Amino acid sequence: MNALLVRRAGHYGFIAFCAAAFIFLVAPILVIVPLSFNAEPYFTFTEGMLRLDPDAYSLRWYRNVVEDEAWSRALVNSLIIGSAATLLATALGTLAALGLASPAMPGRALITGILISPMVTPIIIVAVGMFFFYSSIGLGQSYTGLILAHAALGAPFVVITVTATLSGFDRTLLRAAASLGAGPLRSFFRVQLPLIAPGVFSGGLFAFATSFDEVVVVLFMGGLEQRTIPRQMWSGIREQISPSILAVAVFLIAFAVLALFTVQWLRQRSAEAR
Amino acid sequence: MQLRGPRATAVALTLPLLAFIGLSFVAPLGTLLSKSAYEPNVANILPRTLAALDGWDGDGLPPEAAFASLAEELPKARQERTLVRVAGPVNRLKSGMRRVLTRTARQVEKAEYAGSWRETLIGINPAWQEPDTWLAIQAAGARFTLRHYLQALDLERRPDGGIGLRSEESRIYMPLLWRTLLVSLGVTLLCLAIGYPIAHLIATSPPKRSNLLLLMVLVPFWTSLLVRTTAWIVLLQRQGVINSLLVALGITPDSERLEMIYNMTGTFTAMTHVLLPFMVLPLYSVMRSIPPTHMAAAASLGANPVQGFMRVYLPQTLPGIGAGGLLVFILAIGYYITPALVGGRSGQLISNMIAYHVQTSLNWGLAAALSSILLVAVIGLYLIYSRLIGIDRMRLG
Amino acid sequence: MNKPNPVPSKVAARPNRALRWLTGLPLAMAAGALAAESITVVSWGGSYARACVEAYHKAFTAETGIEVLLEDYNGGLAQVRAQVDAGAVHWDVVDLEMADGKLACDEGIIEPIDSAQLPPGLNGEAPMDDYMPGAVSECGPGALFYSTIYAYNTRYIQGSPPTTIEDFFDLEKFPGRRGMRRSPLANLEFALMADGVPLDQVYAVLDTEAGLERAFRKLDSIKDQVVWWEAGAQPPQMLADGEVLMSTAYNGRIFNAQVLERQPFVIVWDGQVLDIDGPLAIVSGTSRLEAARQFVRFANRPTSMAYVSKYISYSPTRESAKALVDKHWETGIDMAPHMPTAPENMKRALQSDWRWWSDHRDEMNERFSAWLIR
Repeated sequence: MNALLVRRAGHYGFIAFCAAAFIFLVAPILVIVPLSFNAEPYFTFTEGMLRLDPDAYSLRWYRNVVEDEAWSRALVNSLIIGSAATLLATALGTLAALGLASPAMPGRALITGILISPMVTPIIIVAVGMFFFYSSIGLGQSYTGLILAHAALGAPFVVITVTATLSGFDRTLLRAAASLGAGPLRSFFRVQLPLIAPGVFSGGLFAFATSFDEVVVVLFMGGLEQRTIPRQMWSGIREQISPSILAVAVFLIAFAVLALFTVQWLRQRSAEAR
Repeated sequence: MQLRGPRATAVALTLPLLAFIGLSFVAPLGTLLSKSAYEPNVANILPRTLAALDGWDGDGLPPEAAFASLAEELPKARQERTLVRVAGPVNRLKSGMRRVLTRTARQVEKAEYAGSWRETLIGINPAWQEPDTWLAIQAAGARFTLRHYLQALDLERRPDGGIGLRSEESRIYMPLLWRTLLVSLGVTLLCLAIGYPIAHLIATSPPKRSNLLLLMVLVPFWTSLLVRTTAWIVLLQRQGVINSLLVALGITPDSERLEMIYNMTGTFTAMTHVLLPFMVLPLYSVMRSIPPTHMAAAASLGANPVQGFMRVYLPQTLPGIGAGGLLVFILAIGYYITPALVGGRSGQLISNMIAYHVQTSLNWGLAAALSSILLVAVIGLYLIYSRLIGIDRMRLG
Repeated sequence: MNKPNPVPSKVAARPNRALRWLTGLPLAMAAGALAAESITVVSWGGSYARACVEAYHKAFTAETGIEVLLEDYNGGLAQVRAQVDAGAVHWDVVDLEMADGKLACDEGIIEPIDSAQLPPGLNGEAPMDDYMPGAVSECGPGALFYSTIYAYNTRYIQGSPPTTIEDFFDLEKFPGRRGMRRSPLANLEFALMADGVPLDQVYAVLDTEAGLERAFRKLDSIKDQVVWWEAGAQPPQMLADGEVLMSTAYNGRIFNAQVLERQPFVIVWDGQVLDIDGPLAIVSGTSRLEAARQFVRFANRPTSMAYVSKYISYSPTRESAKALVDKHWETGIDMAPHMPTAPENMKRALQSDWRWWSDHRDEMNERFSAWLIR
């Protein structure tokens, strides 16, 4: 009887602990959303907000962001750099993953290790090294430099996701295609690519999200003309926190949720395709 | 090596990315590392002065030729805007030299020639009659140097040529490195303590609930780092949500709001939050593959839940603990953004010091030396990771 | 470097930037080829930068067709040195502190500006007679007087308020966090004044090792309670949020928060450190030298200077501009009593010695950062 009580207590303790942990994970993100509608320039819930007084809520910070040329310029920059880097990273990363998945690949562990290293290298070292290197070859303060940098940071994600998809790929399909007379290119595009497409897409999405959230390299390498959204947020946080930042944050949270669901959906599709 | 057939195809497929990573990523790291020991600027800009100093042993004043060459090379450097590359390194060896060099460069052209360049320069600035001044130029003229590494390790060269520890109050970098390691370890343990139970809960819940709970880990994982850091500022600052809540509930008086941000508490809390998903996800994928029957079997063999957990469950989750722990630790020791934004003065880590030397003090050699030390640590951990867990088993989300 | 000189063209002035971004492929942008002529001007951000934009950037663009791209910084020469050192200059004009202007000039990283060649005073005075004494260095004139003061928020200090610089350092009387600029500039002076050094001896004391130690010891006494700020926009924010009880700040930022955001802030003028901002310096090696020169000449017109003081409480360095100092553009408040140079604010004011600072800036920065880390 006593033991049962202890187990009960242990169980409830466990549940309570987990609940607290999940609150710790999610609450900070959720708190931002209502605060972004604060009519006052404060970072805390006003009495009016707690009373759910409609006057205490407003869209003024969203209006601020939309009307501010700096933010729209930053969005354009983020999109340019993000999409170019994503294309580059996805193309190169998918090819490399195909190579790595081949049973004949020599030195796989070493090569994978090198290809994935940008993901674990401290970002400050990457940023500082790129600042020196790209300035010395005349690509400092340029879109090209930032695109190359972000592509290098995003490629590992593509390699990882595509490799994961390929590990479930039945290679006998390729042999079947070959026996039916398809050349390697044709069998790639007609057989392999459709099957691994979800992996390629989610890899690309990871790469885009990486670029879309990258601030340190932009901080060191980018000039005024290459300000991205994270860079703009960075100055906002460091220098003058205004609730406009919260409005942008809500937009970024929406982007994250969207990206997350897309990746989950792609994963399900790829599982079903098997 | 046979370069035909599937093997060649496989290699050819990876080559473009390898070449790309090599050029856009490894080459920059190489550039950075080379700066930690190779400093050719002074040697390139003051070649004749250094040649004239060659053979001078620091005893008395250097020969007239050194004064004459310097009087010519300094203004030239100023005109070519390369003076700044000399002034910085020399100033680091002898404080105040930046001013001496730049003023001299500016004044020597207009100065009246006093019969010898020695007299002329000393007339402009008495520092030129101190052998130390010239020794600093000589030392800065060495193309290869280990002094940045010495400084990064809080060591210094003694006058007798030996190497020893710096005086206690000027030891900066090793304590900071220790602090970084300790914070990373602390964050890793905290992530483990929080992450282990919730990964277990997710792994053992029925599918629907499990998916929902997993979502609560993945949403933060996908949310922008800057957004999450902003969120913590909103929550933790003095007039922030948590403090206001505590005051409203009467737990703390309004005058004694807690200081939870712009110090180590801020760094710790925000870092744990940011890195927690990297712990939960590998743990979850390991725990999911452990059949629940194992625990039931242990229980039926008479083990109480604690024994069952320690003997049966925990050992099977060790790979997950290793993967998550190493990943969190690797990411933590290189952390920059969060400490920079919420760390204040006391919550700064080694990365922030590297940024400081690149952006503010312009001591690029030292920044590079600190970077290489950090990089060696990360590569070491990365190798352990690949040995224990296998790089190709890394999974995302 | 190697940026082609943009074609000056009023017609091409930014008709459709978004379109240009999308069509002008990234590689073309790498060359830095922006079609419209523009210069990058680097200033102190926040309400001061806004004041300059309203006061003369807009008028400059209207008159010359040259677009002004504004970037923020927090003082210091690091970025200018880094750009010149790396041979990649992309800042054209920088709003320096006087001491830094002198240093940069000695190093040859900014173009010297001959003050005598600047626009004449309002009544045709020769520039050199029009600038106030001490406001002109060999490398260019200062633009305005500003002051580093400390301020507090009456929402968080009730009862007897702080009134002297000694109070700022008095943690017993006023327990709570302090905001200070992450720089030795002005802080060393504050520390010595609060430690009882008479105003006229502050720099003489700083000149000695014992005096420096004394200043740092005084700073030590509040070190644990200090939140360090870098951007001028931060102190008003920290005061509004109650993040600090009092903070040093640039007087104009506090003024703007008072009048525009109706913040209940109070400036303590006792022990203010009065300083000169400027010169507006042209970075050596810029590819847009001529446009930068035009901009600096424009900014040094007496009218440009005077208009700044319609937006922020900084007073011009030219005698003839002083007559134009008038009322705040939005609230109509009379600006004169809010100026750092107003007699009632000058009762115990220290004139910052920018020559001393240009001699010691680098050493003090090093010493300060080493002290900060400990």
